[in-house]
Amino acid sequence: MSAAASLVADDERISLDINGETVAVHAVLSTTLLTALRDELHLTAAKRGCNQGVCGACTVSIDSEPMRACLSLAHGCAGRAVRTLEGFADDPRMQALQRAFAAGGAFQCGFCTPGMLVAAHALLGRDADPDDAAVRKALSGNLCRCTGYVKIIASVRAAARMLAGAT
Amino acid sequence: MSTLAGAVGQPLAQLEGDEKATGRALYIADLHRAGVLHGALVQSPHAHARIRGYDIAAAKALPGVRAVVTGDDLDPKHRMGAFIKDEPAFAQGKVRYVGEIVAAVAADTEEIARAAARLVRVDYEVLLAAVDPVTALAPGAPLVHDDAASYVKVFDAGTQGNVCSRTEFRTGDADAAWAQCDVVVENTYTTQAQAHLSLEPCGALAEIDASGRVTLWSANQSVFRVQASVCESLGLPMTKLRCLTPRVGAGFGNKMEAHVQPVVVLLAMRTGRSVKLILSREEDFETVRARHPFRIRVKTGAKVDGTLVAREIELLLDGGAYGDDSPGVLGYALLMQCGPYRIPHVLAHGRVAYTNKLRFGAFRGFGVPQVTFATESQLDEIAARVGIDPIALRRKNMLVPGDPWFGGQAVRSNGLAECVDTVERESGWKSAAASTRSGAGARRGRGVALSAHISGLLASGAIVRMLEDGTILLNTGAVDIGQGSNTVLTQICAEALKVPVNHVAIASPDTDGSPYNWGTTASRVTYVAGRSVVGAAAEVEKKLKEHAGEMLECSVEDLELLPGGRVAIKGVEDRAVTFAQISGRAHWAAGGPIIGTHSWVFDQKTFDPKRIAALGLPFAQIGIFSFNALVVEVEVDEATGKVRVVGAWSACDLGRAINPLMATGQVEGAFVQGMGFALTEEMVWDGARLANPSLMDYKIPTFAELPETLRAYLVESDEPSGPFGAKSVGELGINGVAAAIANAVADATGLRLRDLPLTGERVLRGLIAQGAGAAA
Repeated sequence: MSAAASLVADDERISLDINGETVAVHAVLSTTLLTALRDELHLTAAKRGCNQGVCGACTVSIDSEPMRACLSLAHGCAGRAVRTLEGFADDPRMQALQRAFAAGGAFQCGFCTPGMLVAAHALLGRDADPDDAAVRKALSGNLCRCTGYVKIIASVRAAARMLAGAT
Repeated sequence: MSTLAGAVGQPLAQLEGDEKATGRALYIADLHRAGVLHGALVQSPHAHARIRGYDIAAAKALPGVRAVVTGDDLDPKHRMGAFIKDEPAFAQGKVRYVGEIVAAVAADTEEIARAAARLVRVDYEVLLAAVDPVTALAPGAPLVHDDAASYVKVFDAGTQGNVCSRTEFRTGDADAAWAQCDVVVENTYTTQAQAHLSLEPCGALAEIDASGRVTLWSANQSVFRVQASVCESLGLPMTKLRCLTPRVGAGFGNKMEAHVQPVVVLLAMRTGRSVKLILSREEDFETVRARHPFRIRVKTGAKVDGTLVAREIELLLDGGAYGDDSPGVLGYALLMQCGPYRIPHVLAHGRVAYTNKLRFGAFRGFGVPQVTFATESQLDEIAARVGIDPIALRRKNMLVPGDPWFGGQAVRSNGLAECVDTVERESGWKSAAASTRSGAGARRGRGVALSAHISGLLASGAIVRMLEDGTILLNTGAVDIGQGSNTVLTQICAEALKVPVNHVAIASPDTDGSPYNWGTTASRVTYVAGRSVVGAAAEVEKKLKEHAGEMLECSVEDLELLPGGRVAIKGVEDRAVTFAQISGRAHWAAGGPIIGTHSWVFDQKTFDPKRIAALGLPFAQIGIFSFNALVVEVEVDEATGKVRVVGAWSACDLGRAINPLMATGQVEGAFVQGMGFALTEEMVWDGARLANPSLMDYKIPTFAELPETLRAYLVESDEPSGPFGAKSVGELGINGVAAAIANAVADATGLRLRDLPLTGERVLRGLIAQGAGAAA
C-alpha cells in the first residue's frame, strides 16, 4: 500500500517546450525526459535501448545539443527547448540526412536511427563538411548493432554533400 | 534481369525507409493500447533451488494489481523446446539459473507492477548448482533436470543426466589415418558467451477478445515459432492464439525462440485485459539467451606438402538450463567443422551439457564462429609447420566446384576460389610483410580465414494475390528483422512478374493470414522464402496467361509477360492485355480472383549414409552452401596488448545479390559483430550470477573501433536451386572473423592465443610471457 502511495506523492504537472509547443506533463522528480516523451506524450521516435546513457538510442536535442533523454530529468528540462526526431519534420538538414540514410543503407532495423539522426544533425550544424574521423567522433556515443557503421558514415557525408549542393 | 525500378540486382533502399528515418516505425515498446496493464517479473536469486511454495498475498493486496502468476498456474506437462521439450513457460517446480523468471505481475502501471513483484515471496530449498559444463558432467554432479531422459525429443538426442544432447559423425578412418600424416597438431580452444545485444530489448503485448482468443505482438523472428512456443508451454490449441509482428529492433537469434511471450499471454488470460511487458536491458541480458561457450579440442593431420589428411574434433558446449537450440548448434558446428576443405578422415563428436546458467541458443553463425576460430587457427599452425603461406595451404585443400560437402551432400554452386582471389588481391596480401608495417610500440600482422554457411532449413510458403486493379499483394509470413527481407522478397516478386516494385505490396506476417514460414533464421529467407515467392508468382503468371489466351484468342504458349504489367503475344507487342484488364475480368466475369501459392520444405539430405556414420543428427535436411574468404590486418599495441583491426576484406559467395546494398550491409554488420566477439565481448559469471548485465560493462564495438578499411565483396556463383540464382548471406560474414583476427595477432606478435576474447589483458600477458621466454 505504502509503496503505491509514495509513487504518486510528489506527482507534479510541469510545462515543457517540446518540438516548439508548450505541453503539460505529469512528472515526479525522478521521471526522465525519455519516460515523459514516450509514455506520456507518445512521442516514440526516441528509443529506450539501455536506459543507462550508453547506447544513444534516446538521443534528443535540448537547446540544440544532442542529449540522452534517459539521463535527463523531465523537471530539468523546464524552460529548455526539447526537440525529438518528430520535431525535425520540416528541417532541410534533417531531411537531407533522412534521405541519405535511407538511400545509403545507413539503417537496418532502424532502432538506433532516430538517435543517430539527431546526433548527426548536430554535427552538420557545426561542421558542414565533416571527414570520416569527425563523423566517427560525433557519433561515437551512438551504438548500432546491425550495420557495422560503414554506411552510416558514408550517409552522413552524402547528406553534407547534398546540402552543400543545395546552397 | 529487367531494367524496371527495383529489379533484382539493384541496390533498392529499404521499403521501410521513410518510417524508419522519420521515427514513425513502431516497435513493440512503441505500441500503445487504451487501458493496457503492465507486466513485471520476479526473478530467481538462486542458481538451483526447489520451489516449496509462494506467498503472493502482499503483492495481490497492492492497489492496482490485477494478477499474480506463479509456477502453480502452469501444468508441468506443458513444456516447449525446439529439439527437447524441457522448458516450462517460466520456472515451475525448480529454478535453474539466477535471473530465471519465477513469477509475474500485471498491474495498472509499470511502477505498481514492479513494486508488487518485489512483494512476491518464494520459499526456496536451495540445491547445489552445476555452473560449468565440466562440473556438470562429472560423476555425482547435481542434476539440472531431475529426469531429462523422459522429455519428448524431436530427434535421437541421447539425453541423460546432465548430457542435454550428443552427436557424432565419422567418415573415413581417422584412427588409422594419423599414421599417414607428416604433421599432426592438436590443441584446445575456448570461446566465451556473447550477448546478442539487439538494441531493442525483448517485449510483448497481448490482447484478449470476448471469446478468450489472444492476439500477441512481440519482438520476434518468427510469428509461427512464437505461436508454437506459447501454445506448447501453456497447453493452448494454436487456434486460440494469433501472432503478429511490429517492426523488430534486430534479432541475431535471440528472438527466434520464446522469451516473455508465454508470461504475457498467461497474464492476459488471467486478467482478461491487454498486458504489455518490455524487458529492461538488464532483464534482457539475464533472461533471454546468449551465444554458447565452446570448449574445442581439435587435432588435424597433414602431409608435408600441406595436404590435409585427418581430423578429430571434440566439442563441449555449455547449454545452460534448457535445451533451446543447443542440440542444433552442436550438430551444425560438427557438420561445418571441416570448413570448406577436403579432409578424407574425420571423427567429429561432442556434447551439450545442461548447467545452472542462462540458456544458450541460436546466435548468428550458429556455432560456426566458434569452431572456425579453432580450426582456422589450427590451419595456420599447420601452414607454419610445413612452411607454406596460409592462403596457399587453404587453396591446396579447399573444395572446388564438383566437390561435395563433408558427409556427401552435393554443392551445386561454389564461388570460393573467386572469394579467395578477391581478398588476396584487394588486401595486397602478398606485399604484406609484417615487419615493414610495424610502427613504434606497435606490431602489425595479417590473418586469413575461410568459412562457409548454409542457406536453408524447413518450410516456407508464399501467397501472391493480384488485386482488382492489377497490382500485387505478396504474403510470405517472413518477419523482416531489419535485414531487409521485405524489400528483397518484393524485388523477387516484382522481377518474376516483370513489374516495378511499387506495384507490389508486402503483407505483415500474421499467423491468421500468412502462409507458414519457419522463421528469419538459418540464413534462409532470401533462399527459402524467395523460392516460394518465385513459385507463387509462376502460378500467377500461368493464370494470367490463361486469361490472356482467352482474351486475345491465342494459345498460352504464344504469350509472354511484358515489363510493366502486360501479357502480349510473343513478338507482337500491340497485341497485349494489361494486368488490370485481366484482373478485372477474373474478379467480375471469369475464373475468380487470381491467387498464386507455393509452399515447400527443404528436402535435400544432409548426409549420404554410404559416406558417413552419424549418431544424433539434428538436421537430416539442412541447406545449400555459401562461402566466405576474409583477410584482416591488425595492429597490436605492445604496451597495452590492445588489438586494433585496421583493415578487413571480406568476400562472400552469395549466388546472386538480389540487393547489393543490403547484402554488403549484412557482410559489414557481421564483420563488426564478429570483431566484438573476437576482441571485447564477454558475458562474465561471478559464480552463478551474471556480473555484467549492462552496456556499461559489456562492450560492443562502436564507431571508434571500426577499422579504417572495411570492404565487402559479393561473388555471384549462380546457385541453380536459388531464386534468380541467390543464396542467403545473413550469417556467413561472421564465421571467420575471430579466426582471422587471431591469425593476424599471431602474424604480428608470434603469439598463438587459443582463448577468446583476445582482450588487451590476455594479449599483454602473452607478450610478457613471450618476452620472459626470450630473455631466458
